[in-house]
Amino acid sequence: MTKTLNLTLKVWRQKGQNSKGRLETYNAKNISSDMSFLEMIDVINEQLTLDGMEPIAFDHDCREGICGMCGTVVNGRPHGPEKGTTLCQLHMRHFSDGDTIVVEPWRSRAFKVIKDLVVDRSSLDKIIQAGGYISVNTGGAPDANAILIPQEIAEKAMDAAACIGCGACVAACPNASAMLFASAKISQLALLPQGKPEAAKRAMEMVRIMDGLGFGNCTNERECEAECPKEISIVNIARMNREFFKAAFLSDVK
Amino acid sequence: MRLDAKTPAGPLAEKWDRHRFELKLVNPANKRKFEIIVVGTGLAGGSASASLAELGYNVKTFCIQDSPRRAHSIAAQGGINASKNYQNDGDSDWRLFYDTVKGGDFRAREANVYRLAQLSGNIIDQCAAQGVPFAREYGGQLANRSFGGAQVSRTFYARGQTGQQLLLGAYSALSRQIAAGKVTMYPRREMLDVVVVDGQARGIVVRNLVTGEIEKYAADTVVLATGGYANVFFLSTNAMASNVTAAYRAYKKGACFANPCFTQIHPTCIPVHGTYQSKLTLMSESLRNDGRVWVPKKPGDKRSPSQIPDPERDYYLENKYPSFGNLVPRDVASRNAKEQCDIGKGVGETGLAVYLDFADAIKRDGREVIAKKYGNLFQMYEKITADNPYETPMMIYPAVHYTMGGLWVDYNLMSTIDGLFVLGEANFSDHGANRLGASALMQGLADGYFIIPYTIGGYLAGNSMKKITTEHPAFNESLAQIDSQVKRLLSIKGKRTVDDFHRQLGNIMWEYCGMSRNDSGLEKARGLIRELRGEFWENVRVPGSGSDFNQSLERAGRVADFLEFGELMIIDALARRESCGGHFNEGFQTEDNEAMRDDENFCHVSAWEYTGFENEPLLNREPLVFENVKLTQRSYK
Repeated sequence: MTKTLNLTLKVWRQKGQNSKGRLETYNAKNISSDMSFLEMIDVINEQLTLDGMEPIAFDHDCREGICGMCGTVVNGRPHGPEKGTTLCQLHMRHFSDGDTIVVEPWRSRAFKVIKDLVVDRSSLDKIIQAGGYISVNTGGAPDANAILIPQEIAEKAMDAAACIGCGACVAACPNASAMLFASAKISQLALLPQGKPEAAKRAMEMVRIMDGLGFGNCTNERECEAECPKEISIVNIARMNREFFKAAFLSDVK
Repeated sequence: MRLDAKTPAGPLAEKWDRHRFELKLVNPANKRKFEIIVVGTGLAGGSASASLAELGYNVKTFCIQDSPRRAHSIAAQGGINASKNYQNDGDSDWRLFYDTVKGGDFRAREANVYRLAQLSGNIIDQCAAQGVPFAREYGGQLANRSFGGAQVSRTFYARGQTGQQLLLGAYSALSRQIAAGKVTMYPRREMLDVVVVDGQARGIVVRNLVTGEIEKYAADTVVLATGGYANVFFLSTNAMASNVTAAYRAYKKGACFANPCFTQIHPTCIPVHGTYQSKLTLMSESLRNDGRVWVPKKPGDKRSPSQIPDPERDYYLENKYPSFGNLVPRDVASRNAKEQCDIGKGVGETGLAVYLDFADAIKRDGREVIAKKYGNLFQMYEKITADNPYETPMMIYPAVHYTMGGLWVDYNLMSTIDGLFVLGEANFSDHGANRLGASALMQGLADGYFIIPYTIGGYLAGNSMKKITTEHPAFNESLAQIDSQVKRLLSIKGKRTVDDFHRQLGNIMWEYCGMSRNDSGLEKARGLIRELRGEFWENVRVPGSGSDFNQSLERAGRVADFLEFGELMIIDALARRESCGGHFNEGFQTEDNEAMRDDENFCHVSAWEYTGFENEPLLNREPLVFENVKLTQRSYK
């Protein structure tokens, strides 16, 4: 059943990276419970624009939970209260009339605020650039069925590959660790036969770059796994640690 | 303008090989002397950037999102076609070629489509080598499914996230080249102009979306891979940032725009539910493999689906098209859904929906098998609608999904501007009047991995380019023009928001230039758009400034272009006096209400040439010659 909600929003507003930010209060009236969270912000922004104020800046694109562009901390939880859900797929039916909702950007030393709820996540790209690939040029690949991969391995690799790179794991972690993100890619490629030749180098390099970018370490809080919209498991972190130790102690990679 | 498709001579199956041999090569040592700009990092742009950099070229790549991993290719769910014939069910390059040409209602170039089919297998090999986790059989081989109107199982997939996994494959190859220093990546940039010097595309002007600065970049050649224009309808399955601006501004600089009225309406989307709605969500049409489409036999039947017994249900696709059933092509499935709703048999609160029912499939295969195939789609559906498709049928309705039209390109993927190449959905080339399922990913990757690396070399080797810098007057002219448009948008300070205009434009386009069109509606829409465009420039309100992160300003520029481009679509729809594929003019239909082509007069590509603001564009025709297939009336009965 569609319901109508009246809500109070406290939203982080910050003009730029070097400005001071603060929470501003907005009233969201006549919000349909069928709206997505982002559509609710759209409605507020339309009103702010007509009232001569600047709308709230927030990242978003596909609005179907796959691009990884959106994400804010809602009432202290990255992507809000629903498990396995990106902010764009969070619907207002999960809130009650009269609620106060606090909306803040991802918080991490490695993610600088650009404006309001928009942050710079380019450090995640840098982790991938450090080795989150298989070194194969275009052309000359063998027939795809020449590489047989047991179904359960392919499924596990796919579980890890489902990461959308939104950064919620970093925002959720008290140490602002990017280990769930990095381990998802390291796992996907370490599981597959195509990824094995570079597994040692990949683990060493990606961890080294990750550490240098200002992300914290993992202390098994498991907040990342709890908040990940794609429900990536921390089993991947364990696998990354194994890959890392294997590389450090048993391989020639330095 | 004379359009030369540069289609190579010789038998169809030998054209690409022969052409590759005839293309001039750039000496390996010279490749590093060339600069290439690639705009867009979807499947086409990402794969092109990586492949060109691997060859040794210096590549500058631009994207609108914060990371090249987010382009809208990522949202493709169902799969990617390839004529591998792994299933031994009679597939071949020829069959994939024929299906694609026929599915496109015979409005695509034979030679291009055949090349696409030939390259389809290489794409799967390439992606598997990159570590794309395709679905596998128990023996470890790749799994296939039949998809979207195909009678063979040629679709490869990675759960319901095939686009994501292929894009992340291209992104990983791109990341490797960024790390190697061969690609310089410029995220959060929007291309606002292509710079033409001495008749050749030599650079672009972009807005830095973080600082607001207008930036200039020069190169030896420019590649656009900026996607489609479905957001002209406001509500579509495209991402919010998908737009026509890059392509439209290239059109204004002399690139012809081909077949803009060929838009695809996808039959299986979640129905519209409110005026605040910002976008529509597609449910992969792979669902039609196991789901059965039906409506109540009696118009106005408001009982819940579980209370309607089988004999009182109309499985209209199965009844009308016994051999293809629920797997008829997208345009046929969409128009039939509209027809059922128009006669009052639609379901749900708005009456603008039909059922897609999995009860029989679950009974036959078990819930577990269905969950394995469609689990994430069912979950997505439940999240949005709060209905559980395992228990109750899905409700679906058609929505705009893909645009077959795009910038005109020759066999080398070069537009009518020398040195401006266009890849992926942004070009018009391979899908004719209607695209078959699972072939957009195939085309984007064929263009980027396996075509542009050869044809761009042929262009660079065959042309002597003067060295230029961004101080060339053409860059400054372009920059000044963009600067003045930004200032103008900010200074209007009117009473309506950008989205308000966009939504109204979308309503006009959907009503009069959507699933079904007629002359008087199109004429009317043309007037309405001109009026709306006039009002936009008097009454739009764009808050904030031009010198920082300003999403309203970004959208205002895009909507300004949509307001001009929408009219071009209508002009094209009016000029095509036939129905074909995604273009259905009610004045041209068979007795069975199917699209009626006019092969005698309209077997051509309509390539529109810009002649100035508010002027009538000029129509150039590229005749389509079919030497290998016989033109038939499509029949899926």
